[in-house]
This record gives sequence, structure tokens and C-alpha cells, in this order.
Amino acid sequence: MSEIFGVPVQALMGQLTIGLVNGCFYALLSLGLAVIFGMLNIVNFAHGALYMVGAFFSWMLLNYAGVNYWYSLILAPLGVAAIGVVIERTMLKWLYQLDHLYGLLLTFGLALVTEGVFRHYYGSSGQPYDLPEVFRGPIDLGFMMLPKYRAWVVVASLLVCFATWYVIEKTKLGAYLRAGTENPKLVQAFGINVPLMITLTYAFGVGLAGFAGVMAAPVYLVAPTMGSSIIIVVFAVVVIGGMGSIMGSIVTGLGLGLIEGLTKVYYPEASTTVVFVIMAIVLMVRPAGLFGKEK
Amino acid sequence: MSGSEVLLSAHGVHAWYGESHILHGVDFEVKTGELVTLLGRNGAGRTTTLKSILGLVGKRTGSIKIGGVESIGLPTHRIARLGLGYCPEERGIFSSLSCEENLLMPPAVGSGGLSLDEIYAMFPNLKERRNSQGTRLSGGEQQMLAMARILRTGAKVLLLDEITEGLAPVIVQTLGRVIRQLKEKGMTMVMVEQNFRFAAPLADRHYVMEHGKIAAVVEKHELKAKEGMLHEYLGV
Repeated sequence: MSEIFGVPVQALMGQLTIGLVNGCFYALLSLGLAVIFGMLNIVNFAHGALYMVGAFFSWMLLNYAGVNYWYSLILAPLGVAAIGVVIERTMLKWLYQLDHLYGLLLTFGLALVTEGVFRHYYGSSGQPYDLPEVFRGPIDLGFMMLPKYRAWVVVASLLVCFATWYVIEKTKLGAYLRAGTENPKLVQAFGINVPLMITLTYAFGVGLAGFAGVMAAPVYLVAPTMGSSIIIVVFAVVVIGGMGSIMGSIVTGLGLGLIEGLTKVYYPEASTTVVFVIMAIVLMVRPAGLFGKEK
Repeated sequence: MSGSEVLLSAHGVHAWYGESHILHGVDFEVKTGELVTLLGRNGAGRTTTLKSILGLVGKRTGSIKIGGVESIGLPTHRIARLGLGYCPEERGIFSSLSCEENLLMPPAVGSGGLSLDEIYAMFPNLKERRNSQGTRLSGGEQQMLAMARILRTGAKVLLLDEITEGLAPVIVQTLGRVIRQLKEKGMTMVMVEQNFRFAAPLADRHYVMEHGKIAAVVEKHELKAKEGMLHEYLGV
């Protein structure tokens, strides 16, 4: 069997696919954070918790109501988005005039409460989500065996990421959003219902997190802590990519997932810290992030 | 030329930014097809008056009617939909939008707006630079863009804040030509102007503001007679 720097190709490819799958979740989550930060100026610490809620909705739909994965893929993100509407309308909207810190504290508190509630009812050990039949087994690519579900996660996440990018950068709706990010008062003075746009932006951003949660349910265990364990890395991704940059968060998310995968092969001890080392270096060289604009 | 119907009227308008009380009972009227100016020194409340019309101040009271509809209790986006077009003092060109995206951004608030072709005929520079980033345009081009994008929307009343500020004389002339064309088409306009020589030949009436109130009204035909008084108010 062939080797690359002393590592079997099969093992290397295996870790790279895992890295890519993780990267997809980073990308989906940091994309939502970027959209929300751009429009609301809020660092949404509840993002990880809502990702977890998305996974739990999917699990509940399957186990309590017998609703399959495909319906969950639509219903669970909508459910999370609905929660987002309530959070924005009842809490966040009072904070826009204040310092970032208030939004961060509020959403951090929401994350803790949400996680606590789920831990109370479901314990912290986690529930498995059965893979749908079609995704069982691997695809033989010749040089490696690629599990079908991982391939699906990568394809579906990339589609959603690039669709989001396209809508924001290339359409009229996106132009409203970009303009609203820069100067919400003027956009409203042109006759656009900016408060509604803000609510929908938050709902969409956390809906993406819910979507990532549904995608993640069959990969990881559905556990109350799944959000808090991923969100720290996702924030590092956002810092590296540049706060508020759409393309930056997609590319950085995927890239860092791959780098993590590679590190796991060549120097496993550093695999959980490599992202933060990169973050430190990026902050020293480009404080606004790789894709961020210097203010 | 001017119709007799009052299109925009303000009565007893007070406005605040946070704790500071800026407008102390502003009254004025603009009839369909008229062009009026708000003159006065810096800090007299002219920009705040425009912003109050759109509900862009912290708090406002009194009465502002647009086409007969009371707007004092409405949110900004609903007021704009009554047919206003706003060109802010800082121009407000969006840097994340291209020139053409900036032009197409404001949604229609009425019927009968200019088409993109008509706008490009009026401002050929903007056509050349349509794919440039909005804020890469020169100051003059940005001002034209800020004007042009509210002509597309079918707005019935244009609120223009210091459109000649900091621009080269040749561009000021172009803007003067555009304003005259719009007036011939029957557009109603409220201009805040520092440049009295630009505004004087265009306007039907001048409202002079001082300390957040209208201190004097000068009709076009009274300009000669009241010149001395105007100079005193404006310090020109």
C-alpha cells in the first residue's frame, strides 16, 4: 500500500474526509454567525446551543413522531428559525444601541439555559441518530472508501453555503442586506422594513445552525453539550476568517477542518489546538482576519 | 407651473436627539411642483428638519402630512413609502454595492420614476462607472449617484440635503441643470442649502431657520427687497 510521508493513503484520506466534514459544520455555523454579526452587530453566543437544538429537534421528530430525516432537514431548521424570531423580537432588539458585550452576554446566558434544560431532560450522555437506509455503507472511489453520509454532508453543506453566498452577493435581496449592514437608517429611509429584515436575518442565521445540527445528528451523538464543544472552534474560525465576511467564513471553515484532519494524522497531540495556534498567528499578522476589512 | 395642492406640510414640529431638543415648533408648507429651501447657519436645525420628516430623529411631535396623510406616528419605512426620496448630507453611498447596485437599491415608492436608461442619459458618468464599487467614485460622481437613485423610485417629494457641498463648480452647474429639469417635470423638492447663490434662482420660496424654528419666509419675488435681512440671518 502506498504511503505519503510515512502515512498510508487510506488513513490520510480517512482523516481528511473527517476534517472536511467537520469543516462543513464550521463553515455552516460561522456563516450564520457572520450574517448575524453583519446585520445585527451581535456576537451570537447562542449559536452552538441552537445547533444542538436543531439536532435534538431532528432526533425528537424521528423518535417521537416518526418523521424521517428528509422532512427533518426542512422542519428542524424552520423550528430553530422560529425560536430565533422569538429571541430577536423579545430580547435582542433592545440591545442594538448598546455595546457588543451586552448581546454577547445575553446570548451566552441563553446558551447556558438551553443547554441546562436539555441536560435536565436528556442527560449528558447523548442519543444516537440512526442513519437513513440510503446512506449506509461506503462508496468505493478506488483509492479510498468514502462513507456515503460523509459525502452527502459535504455536498449538501457546500450547496447551502454557496447558495447563501450567491443570495447575499448577487441578488437584490442581498443588496438590501449588504446596504442594511452598512447603513440601516438610510435603507429604512428608502422604504425598506429594516426591523423585519433584521428579524428574518437572525432567523435565517440560526436556521443555518439548526440545519447544521440536523446534518450533524447522524455523525456525532445528539447531546446537550455538542453545541458548546463545537462553538469555541467556530468562533476561532470566525476570528481567522474575519468577522462579518461571508466568503471568508466559508473558506476558512473548510480550510481549518482540513488542517485539523491533517494534524490528526501527522501530529495528533496538536489536533485540538492547531486552530487556536493559527488564530493567534493570524491575529498578530492581520488583526481583522484573513478576509476582513481593516476599519 | 405650481399646483395649488399642498403636498408636504409641517406644523408645530418638535424633534429631539436623546435629551437634546433640536426643533422648537417648525411650520412650513410645500405645494405640488414647488421647490423650497431651508436656509440658515450650521446648527439651525435644517438637516434635523429633513430627518424629522422621515422619522430619523430620536423623538418627534407635531404634525407632518405627506399628500394629506399624517405621518408623525409612522415608522420610517412607511413614511418613505408615502412618496419621499432622500438624499442625505453624507450622500450615503454603500461601499459594499457597485454603482449600479446603489442605483437600483431603493425600491419604488410611487409610479412614474425614471428608467435606468433615462437616468444614464442624465448622468453619463454613472453609466461608465456602473460596475465600480460605490465608494470608489469621485465625490461629484457619488453626489450624482445619490441624486440619481432617488429619481428611479417614483418619489413625489425629494428631500435634498446640501447637495452642492464640497463639489467643483462644474459639477454644481450640472446639478443645477438636473434640478431645473426635474422642476420642469413638476417634481416637488425641499433643499437644505449652504450655497445661496445656487439655491436662489431655483427656489420658489426660502425658509430661514434659526434656533430650531422658521425665523423668516422669503418668496421668490421678495428676494431683492429682503436681501439685507437674508444676509443678516445667513452671515453671507
